[in-house]
Amino acid sequence: MPRVVFVRPDGTKQEADASDGASVMQAATANLVPGIVAECGGELSCATCHVFVDEQWLGALPARSEDEEEMLEATSEEPTDASRLCCQITLDASLDGIVVHIPKTQK
Amino acid sequence: MHIEPTATDRIVVVGGGQAGADFVAALRMAGHQGPVTLVGAEPGYPYARPPLSKAYLSGKATAEDLYIRPPAMYEQQGIDLRTGTRVTAIDRTARHVVLADGERLSYAHLVLATGGRARRLPAPGLDAAPNVHYLRTLADVAAMRHRFVPGARLAVVGGGYVGLEVAAVARQVGLDVTVLEALPRVLARVTAPQVSAFYQRVHTEEGVDIRVDTAVTGFAFASDGSVAAVELKSGERIDADLVLVGIGLVPDTELAEQAGLAVDNGIVVDEYCRTEDPAVLAIGDCTSHPCGEHGGRRRLESVPNASEQARVAAATVTGSLQPYTAIPWFWSDQYDVKLQTTGLSTGYDEVVIRGTTETGRSFAAFYLKDGLVRAADVVCSPRDFTAARKLVAARARVAPEALRDLSVPLKQLL
Ligand SMILES: Cc1cc2nc3c(=O)[nH]c(=O)nc-3n(C[C@H](O)[C@H](O)[C@H](O)COP(=O)(O)OP(=O)(O)OC[C@H]3O[C@@H](n4cnc5c(N)ncnc54)[C@H](O)[C@@H]3O)c2cc1C
Ligand code: FES
Repeated sequence: MPRVVFVRPDGTKQEADASDGASVMQAATANLVPGIVAECGGELSCATCHVFVDEQWLGALPARSEDEEEMLEATSEEPTDASRLCCQITLDASLDGIVVHIPKTQK
Repeated sequence: MHIEPTATDRIVVVGGGQAGADFVAALRMAGHQGPVTLVGAEPGYPYARPPLSKAYLSGKATAEDLYIRPPAMYEQQGIDLRTGTRVTAIDRTARHVVLADGERLSYAHLVLATGGRARRLPAPGLDAAPNVHYLRTLADVAAMRHRFVPGARLAVVGGGYVGLEVAAVARQVGLDVTVLEALPRVLARVTAPQVSAFYQRVHTEEGVDIRVDTAVTGFAFASDGSVAAVELKSGERIDADLVLVGIGLVPDTELAEQAGLAVDNGIVVDEYCRTEDPAVLAIGDCTSHPCGEHGGRRRLESVPNASEQARVAAATVTGSLQPYTAIPWFWSDQYDVKLQTTGLSTGYDEVVIRGTTETGRSFAAFYLKDGLVRAADVVCSPRDFTAARKLVAARARVAPEALRDLSVPLKQLL
């Protein structure tokens, strides 16, 4: 069971268990992580699942798709190189312990 | 029969759809620790409906993929989930609801999230026809699955989003599809003529027989009671193996009405999702709420609206009032055509098309009122959608020539 560590804007950490094949977004909604609204349910339509992936984990992720790249421009918080729509990050054993930061403007 | 004591701090939610499921999650996130009961008439865990006419119908998603939250969440969060259970009455004086089996549940706050049901086509014999389908629930899909097979002839009554999405999936699965729309264009209630024309072209290119200005006058039945053909005013008959009726939604407001709450095309609520009874709130498709952008009231049928009202109601119940301010948005997927809309296009006085609707499958339509960008339909351009959202949020004043100029990125107009 891969774990995800969500870091809130105030620095508090919330650890969430996820099942293999689930997305980081699903790990968030399953564990009531605030700030990941995920209105479209993972259909790459809403950009309300924006996170900043912790630097040490960035290299472990496959590249962003073109649509994800474009959608990232719509997030409420200015995106950076570490920005991802977390419904597009599929979890497996290699991502166990991945750390992501929740943008402060996302409610 | 088990009768609950009346003194309780329990929150009871009626309706286990998008709004109800989002509400119980939002309530716990807002810090409410007390008992919460979610009563839903449908069996199973609350699920998202959009995939019913998209990935689920096409077989790309399973029923589990549709769950709004994983089943374990309800237990972990101590949410008393009662599905397959209908609420039959509300007693506002005693502050309890009555379930179908007679049980009473008392509440401190009651949240009505009853959504709505598909509008029925009133025609003799239709209700009994086994091959006439509506699309609102998982059960509706289950009922039509075995007829939704390659080569079957599908007649879709109604050219709205649900009808067109079903038509798209049907073509991809290999059915023969005819769409029958009474008005002069599809999507007439929700979009500009140019956007309607675009969708008519795409569906025609994909092999759908799109008929607008077409009045359905009756049905021909086979001996087993199923529909064999749809009869049109022109005298023509459209032979069909199955019929999908997509002519809109009727909000479920009967409970509220019986309880004496105000109903006006939806349960009347304020911007905090409160009805006139301070103990009763309502959220989602079943509500008529104040329209911040245009004034007056509106009723919306969309997931973002259900989710937003769920959050607003959770805040209200936990004592921190946060008004509904979000700008409505919506999406629709048909074939490779991804539509994202932002704002409400009603009441526009000018439509500006960026790109072209006559060829290709990507463009944006901006709806202006008094020179301000009020809404946009963006097809296959997440980048333009993001910018459009910001333009609409800012009620930007942008010259139509600038919106049209493809050499200028929309971002620069912000
Ligand atoms: C086929 C289809 C495709 C869609 N596509 C999109 C899309 O692409 N994008 C988008 O934004 N929106 C889409 N929508 C709309 C979206 O699904 C709805 O806006 C959303 O589900 C509304 O949530 P709700 O909770 O208000 O109502 P619902 O999800 O309808 O839930 C209401 C629930 O309450 C229950 N209920 C009613 N009365 C009682 C009672 N007395 N006791 C107990 N339970 C009761 C009902 O059984 C139902 O389960 C689509 C809808 C459909 C049907
Ligand atoms: S959940 Fe909507 S884009 Fe990720």
